[in-house]
Amino acid sequence: MRHTLSVTVENEPGVLSRVAGLFSGRGFNIESLNVGPTLDPGISVMTITTEGDEQIIEQIVKQLRKLITVIKVVDLTELKSVLREMVLMKINANDANRAEILRTVDIFRCKVVDVSIDEITIEATGNYDKIAAILSLLTRFGVKEISRSGMVAMKRSVQNS
Amino acid sequence: MELTGAQILLECLKREGVEVVFGFPGGAVIDIYNELPNASFKHVLVRHEQGAIHAADGYARASGKVGVCLVTSGPGATNTVTGIATAYMDSIPVVILTGQVPTPLIGNDAFQEVDIVGITRPCTKHNYLVKDVNDLAHVIRQAFFLARSGRPGPVLVDLPKDIMQTRTKFVWPADVNMRSYNPNYKPHAGQIRKVAQLIRESERPIIYAGGGVISSHAHEALTWLAENLHIPVTATLMGLGCFPGDNKRLWLGMLGMHGTYAANMGINNADLVLAIGARFDDRVTGKVSTFAPKATLVHIDIDPTSIQKNVSVHVPIVSDCRLALEALKEELEPSLADYDFEGGHMPWITKVGVWAKEHPLTYKPSATTIKPQYVVEKLHEITKGDAIICTEVGQNQMWAAQFYTFNKPNTFLSSGGLGTMGYGFPAAIGAQFACPDKMVIDIAGDGSIQMNIQELATSVCNNLGVKIVILNNGFLGMVRQWQELFYKKNYCETCMDAQPDFVKLAEAYGATGFRITQVEDVERVLRQALDTPGTVIVDVRVEKEENVYPMVPAGASLTDMLLV
Ligand SMILES: Cc1ncc(C[n+]2csc(CCOP(=O)(O)OP(=O)(O)O)c2C)c(N)n1
Ligand SMILES: [Mg+2]
Repeated sequence: MRHTLSVTVENEPGVLSRVAGLFSGRGFNIESLNVGPTLDPGISVMTITTEGDEQIIEQIVKQLRKLITVIKVVDLTELKSVLREMVLMKINANDANRAEILRTVDIFRCKVVDVSIDEITIEATGNYDKIAAILSLLTRFGVKEISRSGMVAMKRSVQNS
Repeated sequence: MELTGAQILLECLKREGVEVVFGFPGGAVIDIYNELPNASFKHVLVRHEQGAIHAADGYARASGKVGVCLVTSGPGATNTVTGIATAYMDSIPVVILTGQVPTPLIGNDAFQEVDIVGITRPCTKHNYLVKDVNDLAHVIRQAFFLARSGRPGPVLVDLPKDIMQTRTKFVWPADVNMRSYNPNYKPHAGQIRKVAQLIRESERPIIYAGGGVISSHAHEALTWLAENLHIPVTATLMGLGCFPGDNKRLWLGMLGMHGTYAANMGINNADLVLAIGARFDDRVTGKVSTFAPKATLVHIDIDPTSIQKNVSVHVPIVSDCRLALEALKEELEPSLADYDFEGGHMPWITKVGVWAKEHPLTYKPSATTIKPQYVVEKLHEITKGDAIICTEVGQNQMWAAQFYTFNKPNTFLSSGGLGTMGYGFPAAIGAQFACPDKMVIDIAGDGSIQMNIQELATSVCNNLGVKIVILNNGFLGMVRQWQELFYKKNYCETCMDAQPDFVKLAEAYGATGFRITQVEDVERVLRQALDTPGTVIVDVRVEKEENVYPMVPAGASLTDMLLV
């Protein structure tokens, strides 16, 4: 099963390679990884999505906590949380399919961020399911280029409702 | 007053109570060496950096303190990597100080530059590159703190040359405060009560102890529990000495691949296994799915990642082993009046005793060839079991573990997790510095001893009384044993009959050499060798194709033992 981990780390050189090295060295897999600073310049937050059975995820969480530069690890999968990924996609467009592409973009509330005679670049934001749905609909037009932010995530304020 | 980085480093080592540093100089650390005449500690000049790190490790294992080594950048640093990994696998507290090229040159492929922090990231508990001299004191403080606290391990500090030359005010941090590091020492009270109840209810309990018992000084609490609650004890290679091997009623010997019949059968038939400071290594469990099939598993360990890693356990306790066992003692001591542990466990102890009698650790004695096991037994007899025994790796290591009975912790020094040939002799040098009045013996193989033989110079010029007893079978014996048993005797590249004359070699270095070729000489010459002051090599020509038994083939169940 896929898990989304929010990992609070010391913002110092090498911390990314410690985390990445842990995954590769122990044969865990990283599906996506996003790192960014927080308002405290000494702290960064990583969002890691990974896959594995319960025992593997437990090991991943414990091994991450064991790293000296990791401050906190939360498995958001067990919590109510907001998950978002941003995807930029450059799609083949021509007079015949342009309207269909724009309609799809509209339905999913994506944005057109760049256009040319034969391409449309769109920006899509969403959780796993939404991104998967957008991709499955747009790939048939031919995706020339794609760039993904990786999932970012946050626990919801209210957990029990 | 302002001090240079090098002076600050020495001041920090003094405040950490460092007595001895094993090292080897070079350009990147010359500023540190320049200050050594003012150092509070002794510096021991080794002949190879691998010797320095193993010596620091041996010092740490024998003394329980943090071992320290100091080497230059580039090749000096990379030469320590095997030793760092050795210490990491066995959770040994060492601090490795490496020189680095000046900070402006880092990343330029400068002369003798290597990214040692990158290289050692997966085999250190933590590591640092000091980029500002104002960070130096607290980094050193943290390094020692990390090395010895929680689950101990090696910590490396990379020291660029310019940082060692830069002056600043020395400030010793009052304490270490790390928001991201907070090992849990105290056991959970509810879990302790649960384990106590399991012990009260169990009919066939067994203790499976590992190196954590030794590093947390839990041996007394463990011995109390075993003796008062009448629980048989087995231990891993790393755990040897955590319980008196003389206790014939409760001590089963080592378990696992070369464990005793009684220990492996005990694990297989127990209804309660108390795993304490051990990590269910594959050499211990054999086929994991058949390990302790009838037992409730309790696992006490300071490292949460050890728990539920290889084996799924019923009652996990993340804590210091000593504190957990003392809590168990407190919980169970009042029960001694109400429960008849002795009577309750009597049938089980009897059964285990029968296994031990049926298949004791043994070998076929010979009147014509020297059996390696006999040599180890004689060493035990002559030293009255009171020596610090280091080992190399291979058959020599297993025979030392099986036939030298260990009664006290910190007396058996062996590379368990990594299995590093060449560990034993430099480790013995470190142990001799830690315990100058003790007899320190390296039980060696003819292959392994050649991997760090250059340290004879270190041992001789420091007048150390380290004794090397080579169980010389002319083979890379353990590999040959596998070839014999599992590869149709295809002894490919394991015959090492081209070897130096070890007696002359000893003499060339200024040590003393003995050779034993006849069974009837073993005891007399060993006595003579151990009585000879200074560094001594004894070349014992043993039976060439003797095997280590019992043996559980790799991947088989513990009950599938090949016996003598
Ligand atoms: C550095 C290193 N290289 C290779 C091995 C693989 N290995 C394990 S035991 C062994 C044989 C050791 O021979 P020797 O020191 O003569 O010991 P014996 O088994 O004969 O007692 C070898 C090569 C190892 N453990 N360490
Ligand atoms: Mg040999």
